[in-house]
Amino acid sequence: MSQFLEMGGYAFYVWSAYGVSTLVLCYGLLRPYLDHKKTLREISLKRRQHKRDLND
Amino acid sequence: MHLRAFGAVIVRDLLLAFRHKSELVNSIAFFILVVSLFPLGVGADIALLRKIAPGVIWVAALLATFLSLDQLFRSDYEDGCLELILMSPHPVSLIVLAKIMAHWMLTGVPLTLIAPLLAGMYGLENSSIAVLMLTLLIGTPILSLIGAIAIALTVGLRKGGVMLALLILPFYVPVLIFATAAIDAQIAGFPVSGQINMLLALLALALTLSPWPTAVALKMSLS
Amino acid sequence: MIMKWLHKFSSPPYFYALSGKLIKWLSVLLVAFLAAGLYGGLVLAPADYQQGDSFRIIYVHVPAAWMSLFIYMVMAVSGTIALVWRIKLAEIVSVCSPPIGAGFTFLALVTGSIWGKPMWGTWWVWDARLTSELILLFLYLGLIGLYTAIEDKRTASRSVAILALVGVVNIPIIHYSVEWWNTLHQGPTVTKFDKPSIHIDMLIPLLNMAIAFKLYFAIALLMRSRNELLQREQNGRWVEEVLEGK
Repeated sequence: MSQFLEMGGYAFYVWSAYGVSTLVLCYGLLRPYLDHKKTLREISLKRRQHKRDLND
Repeated sequence: MHLRAFGAVIVRDLLLAFRHKSELVNSIAFFILVVSLFPLGVGADIALLRKIAPGVIWVAALLATFLSLDQLFRSDYEDGCLELILMSPHPVSLIVLAKIMAHWMLTGVPLTLIAPLLAGMYGLENSSIAVLMLTLLIGTPILSLIGAIAIALTVGLRKGGVMLALLILPFYVPVLIFATAAIDAQIAGFPVSGQINMLLALLALALTLSPWPTAVALKMSLS
Repeated sequence: MIMKWLHKFSSPPYFYALSGKLIKWLSVLLVAFLAAGLYGGLVLAPADYQQGDSFRIIYVHVPAAWMSLFIYMVMAVSGTIALVWRIKLAEIVSVCSPPIGAGFTFLALVTGSIWGKPMWGTWWVWDARLTSELILLFLYLGLIGLYTAIEDKRTASRSVAILALVGVVNIPIIHYSVEWWNTLHQGPTVTKFDKPSIHIDMLIPLLNMAIAFKLYFAIALLMRSRNELLQREQNGRWVEEVLEGK
């Protein structure tokens, strides 16, 4: 196991490359996920306001 | 009939530019300024200057052309002339080509004419200076043609700035590479016809392919 | 038949519902291919006889570099469809692609320079592939900038499509000129970097990772497209049903 982590002395390079990739790729999914939730929230808020305005 | 319109647009743009001389002078002054800043940064060693001269002069020419491009459609857009031009019976791409040619005469040609002076300051030989002028003569119209597309896309926007640089400058890379390579080859004593032919091919490509998307983009920006 | 299906698929409510399901299925596939690729690449593949274990960076670097170009093509093709047939969905696909493409281009650059450090001794060498990726990153940033700068989103997406098409003509020229420039000013040994002797055990994980990245792109693209669609169509009646079904 520790031999695997050492990567034949290249541990720093290999793991930093994979680390950066993980971060960027996760951000690339997290961002649209959060954006989507935000959009849904905003639209339902707008609609509720619109209905309230109609009732008044 | 179309040809007369073509000529008329060029004459009109040239006349307008000569009335507002400051814009005409600004990009040339910028070009000279950038080129003369480099020796202050890297030292006056003439061997070094001679080595970097093609790159420095060409990068400065790219930047000067880029800065002047903003004026291509700006004033016509602001006073409403652009909409009238688009409504004219002539093909928009032809009018656009005329405006680009006028722009080149106002920036590319002066840059080409002033370049020998700067190249002399960098210690280039006369034969190298000739090649430099040739590359500028072929290369600067390509810069105007490519830049026009991005300018047309952003003509209605107030905040162009840095974003415009990202839109335009990457497309200038091939011109920069082949033009400086031609001068380098001449300095090293090799034939330059290959690089010059590449530049000519790029010019032919830009001339045929660029006015059309520019026209489409202009119509879209104004609609 | 195909046109009919396409027409149905591109209607907003249908696309929204279907893409939701697709994302789930593709995610399962993504995890499978990613696990296979990573296990094969980091554990099974033998170390390269020249580069040792550092060559394992290839499994993110090369697929990311492939994706950076692939996404540009997807964007340009859907942009063309959007310009010619005015299909809304094609518009959305072409404007949702650049941020993902920029992400992969950034990754190709960063992993390339991390790989370069043990191979060349410096983080950055003006190597043809790295330089092309850098210019490609600028192109992507320009597209993203253009889309955010234009307020009317339909005009913005058509502008992006035009610029993407101009890019398609130019990218081969830029790529060729950069390679030519690179051979002209040959830096320190670059060849070592480009062709690790590819063994079959090394190749299979590479293909798995390439498929995993394609799936990732599909998922990210669908997620972004759903959001964009919702924003553009927020007054549509089908959005009401989506909100109630939540």
